[in-house]
Amino acid sequence: MKEKARILDKDALNRVLTRIAHEIVEKNKGVENLCLVGIRNRGVYLAQRLAGCIKNIEGKNVATGALDITLYRDDLALASGQPLVRKTEIDFDINGRNLVLVDDVLYTGRTARAALDALVDFGRPKSIQLAVLVDRGHRELPIRADYAGKNIPTSKDETVEVRLQETDGLDEVIIVEKN
Amino acid sequence: MGWTRKDLLGLEELSREELELILSTAESFKEVSTREIKKVPALRGKTVVNLFYEPSTRTRVSFEVAAKRLSADVINIATETSSVKKGETLIDTGRNIEALKADIIVVRHNCSGAAVILSRHVGLSVVNAGDGWHEHPTQALLDIFTLQEKLGRLEGLKVSIVGDIAHSRVARSNIWGLIKLGARVTVCAPKMLIPPGIEEMQVSVTDDIDLALKDADAVNVLRMQFERDGETAFPRQLEYFKEFGITQERLRKAKKDIIVMHPGPINRGIEMSSAVADGANSVILEQVTNGIAVRMAVLFLVAQANEQIKNHEDLN
Repeated sequence: MKEKARILDKDALNRVLTRIAHEIVEKNKGVENLCLVGIRNRGVYLAQRLAGCIKNIEGKNVATGALDITLYRDDLALASGQPLVRKTEIDFDINGRNLVLVDDVLYTGRTARAALDALVDFGRPKSIQLAVLVDRGHRELPIRADYAGKNIPTSKDETVEVRLQETDGLDEVIIVEKN
Repeated sequence: MGWTRKDLLGLEELSREELELILSTAESFKEVSTREIKKVPALRGKTVVNLFYEPSTRTRVSFEVAAKRLSADVINIATETSSVKKGETLIDTGRNIEALKADIIVVRHNCSGAAVILSRHVGLSVVNAGDGWHEHPTQALLDIFTLQEKLGRLEGLKVSIVGDIAHSRVARSNIWGLIKLGARVTVCAPKMLIPPGIEEMQVSVTDDIDLALKDADAVNVLRMQFERDGETAFPRQLEYFKEFGITQERLRKAKKDIIVMHPGPINRGIEMSSAVADGANSVILEQVTNGIAVRMAVLFLVAQANEQIKNHEDLN
């Protein structure tokens, strides 16, 4: 693994989140009826941070939950190592709400697809929107982001690594080249 | 660390890490049963066969519910009404189930070692739902899961197991699991129901119930099987209750928050009084609820591991 480029540092990442928070508030005309659901693992922390940004803007709390999509994956049988099943924690009613799904990287779209299937089991939101920190292209399904922090053209030989204070001890987004 | 075994045969062979993986996976699965739609697609298209050579309602139903909440298809075979009656061997039955392209066999058998033998002769996953006096791993896992949930830890916990230790697969699996996870185990029973050599499993032994309850964080009360005794059963039941039965009076001398467990079905007035079974210390019904989560975790882990084993074989 070789670091190829650094896309975001701490300050830039915060600015991106602040912008996405503004866009979410603008598009939903406030925070009435809004909720955020982060996809495990890093999406959960990004959702919490977005909720913090929205509180700074609107002065109101937004319900925030965590979704584990392992049980909805379409590649469990593939020999890509065993994903751990972690907890889903959505302790509010999602029926009739505008729900923003939050993830770190949008790539093939399969994670978002699994998340949509999972959310449907929790209820029927009025709308589901997708916010991602990085959109790196190479979609395999008809899925797009409503809010993207950075659009980064990548090759399939590269991976985008999002590191967050909560999980990795520092905030940064880098592109690394697979060997 | 991942789960790499295609089967769950017992807790004796598992490492501490493997036990902890099952427990943490079960914790995640518990949430599924609280949803409005209590189902996830994780085992969609998989077939689970419950093959029960012994009567069982709660374990079979628990496995069936667990499999269905994972979207698997479930087939129940009770051997009284099957070709086992016509003399088919366990291995032949297993191979036939495999030929049906099932994915997991959950087996309950009156012979110790039945699950191990079956697992050696079939490529599908085998989950031991109790074999003779040997092991009942998912029961012990749900007991341990409930303890951890209630007390927040396992390391250093003092757990007493009371009842027919000699003939109990539940006791054996609990001992293996609890010791590996750092708990301290005491077994308590009339001397004739303590198997010789039990001390080698690193447990303390007593035939004094008050001693077993003193300082214990939890007591796991096993079912007494007096139905085998025929006419002499009744006086022996009374005697057992007097000497070993868990009563409010005995609990008053124990820790205030002592947890009372029972794998069910309870003989009220034999192993414990009704007041204890329904009292504040009892977690008996929570054990039933947790059994679903634990069995979901086990079915999921063995199915996933077996998929990966098969894929690996295909690649080579």
